[in-house]
Amino acid sequence: MRNRLKAGFEMFSEFLELAADWNFRDTWMAATAALAAMACAIPGTFLVLRRQSLMGDALSHTSLLGIIGAILFANALRVSGWIDTETYIATRHAVMFVGAMAIGVFSAFMTEWIQKLGRVEASAALGVVFTSLFALGLLLVRSAPSGLHIDPDCVFYGTIETTAISVKGEPPAPAITNGIMLLVNLTLVVLFAKELKISTFDTELSTTMGINARVMHYGLMAVTAATLVAAFESVGNILVIALLIVPAATAHLLTDRYGRLIGIALVVSALSAFLGHLMAITLPAIIFPRLGFETVRDASTAGMMAGTCGMLFLLAVLFSPRHGIFSQFVQRVRLSVKIAGDDLLGLLYRIEEVDMEERQVGAMDLVRKHLGLGWMMSRLAVASLSRNQQIVSDPSGYHLTDIGRESARKLVRSHRLWEAYMAKHFQLPDTHLHETAARVEHYLNPDIRSQLEDELDTPGADPHGRDIPDERHPEGE
Amino acid sequence: MSQAQLDQMRAEHPASSPLSIHDMTVAYQRKPVLWDIDYDAPAGKLVAIVGPNGAGKSTLIKAALDLVPRISGMVMMFGHPYSQQRKRIAYVPQRGSVDWDFPISARQVVEMGLYRKIGWFRPVTKKYRQQAVEALDRVGLVDYADRQISQLSGGQQQRVFLARALVQDADLYLMDEPFIGVDAATERAIVELLRELRSSGKTALVVHHDLQTVSEYFDEVLLLNMRIVAAGPVKEVFTEENLRATYGGKLALLEQVGHRMQLSEMGE
Repeated sequence: MRNRLKAGFEMFSEFLELAADWNFRDTWMAATAALAAMACAIPGTFLVLRRQSLMGDALSHTSLLGIIGAILFANALRVSGWIDTETYIATRHAVMFVGAMAIGVFSAFMTEWIQKLGRVEASAALGVVFTSLFALGLLLVRSAPSGLHIDPDCVFYGTIETTAISVKGEPPAPAITNGIMLLVNLTLVVLFAKELKISTFDTELSTTMGINARVMHYGLMAVTAATLVAAFESVGNILVIALLIVPAATAHLLTDRYGRLIGIALVVSALSAFLGHLMAITLPAIIFPRLGFETVRDASTAGMMAGTCGMLFLLAVLFSPRHGIFSQFVQRVRLSVKIAGDDLLGLLYRIEEVDMEERQVGAMDLVRKHLGLGWMMSRLAVASLSRNQQIVSDPSGYHLTDIGRESARKLVRSHRLWEAYMAKHFQLPDTHLHETAARVEHYLNPDIRSQLEDELDTPGADPHGRDIPDERHPEGE
Repeated sequence: MSQAQLDQMRAEHPASSPLSIHDMTVAYQRKPVLWDIDYDAPAGKLVAIVGPNGAGKSTLIKAALDLVPRISGMVMMFGHPYSQQRKRIAYVPQRGSVDWDFPISARQVVEMGLYRKIGWFRPVTKKYRQQAVEALDRVGLVDYADRQISQLSGGQQQRVFLARALVQDADLYLMDEPFIGVDAATERAIVELLRELRSSGKTALVVHHDLQTVSEYFDEVLLLNMRIVAAGPVKEVFTEENLRATYGGKLALLEQVGHRMQLSEMGE
């Protein structure tokens, strides 16, 4: 134990030492990565909301063809003398974006077409389109003249470590590209807030109102493709898919509000960029030597970023306030305690009903026996009822308080109303009614109870002949 | 639509009709699902569109709204092509056609009905938010305005859709199965609203599945089964004989010919 603590402490101080080496180079790298991730998170949000995440995967592959095709086309123009070399170099970047956007729209269009023609589902059509266009792109990369400086590694893995370096304090080029892309995307989201919302939520209504959902879809594809191209240089076209989808998916777990969704996705992206880079420069040097790989000292920032995205998503899965595993567990436990407490109240009430003298259940183990509860649950239930002043205990056992009796009466009333209701509408022997009523009684509210009462022919008694208590205590005791 | 076609259509259909359909045929993969629909909706009436599953009820509405392509025929609304009349038409799609897990509130869904009025690029201002809340009040959901839509019951979701149609302040309402899967309170609320719309001179065409309530809720009925079997006032048209013709199976020859059209497309 002691040794472990010591080892842990050593690792932590090693981490602090390595983290202290963080310098302005690291800041620029992380900032570039953050800008790329944030730019991606915006179209990503809409892909996730439209349940078209796979489209992002597809576009990141087909964009390769767009980039290469556009450059080859521009080069062909240069070679045949249509444009001079200067123009070619100046417009090379813009041409790449246009090419990728065109291919993005083309991929979406082809997918719809193949889906219709091949009578297959959308994802199958998408699979056909993006693999073939990607293959075509790879072929073109291979056959491209060597003077074009097309480096497949740059496209696949990203080169943030070598390109995101600030010269003379100026922001590095990829930071500027991604920053502009982020600004463009933010502007588009603000300008087309309503149009994006309605065409995502209700394509048919959107189209009838003159906001053509199809056109919006193609527009989104074009913007996604452009954003991806901007991010390729930094993180590569495979890991970029994580940046596109995961922050949005994380945000979707954390909020039910449309406006907040994009905000949270942006924060998650920025966070994963900085945390990812921090881990890239610290963790490998700590972990790998201990595993016997002395020479491994750092890892790719892009890879760590994608990993961090995944971890943040996992945290959201676990701890999201509404959909999280943890909160659902807490919710379930709370409900179980409430039901156990309800059952105890009902039991005490029924005891009072048959024998006014002995208003108690002796000891804890009696409670457990009567209600079939575990040790833990019976204790939690009793504690919760005592805290709400619904029961009190004295040496002779547990008793209902006035507050408790009031709640218990409503429960028993719910139970018997439900039995009576079932007896009226179901062809079941009376012995079958109790179990269902015991399940349902916890969920009825005054409104439903009064509706049930109105339904019944003899609202005063349940099928076993027992009185159904009134909603309010007759004397207001 | 060319001017000549428009003139021809205007000669045959009353300009006062909220919805005129001229000789419309709609096909899915070459197989006609609606044959030669020719119809004029009466102004200021509640019209039920009734027919068995697969009769083309939803398709009729969608084709009129250009949501699915027509292989022939024309549609006019208040004497003009639909593209010029969008603001006078409100469409209520089937509840199941959207993703109710979408992260927005009931009020935000209703606001969508105002987007056309607000216009491109402009934000939803307080005035419009207020209008949305008022519409929610009219359908009895004002307390649920800020609820996320997945937390509403089926009936409440349908009422949100109705509120969204109300804020559009249209003259013609096209509703696809608004009564399906709703509770009794919602059903009453919808009927109430339809009557209000009628008394302010609006027209509603409603795809309806419950034959029991047709004569109680509606003035007119359009009996549909791949073609119009009968259309007119409920009292005259909603007869046992017409219902038998509507529900007594599809016309065998229409089905056979349609099937052959589909097969020949596939080269068989």
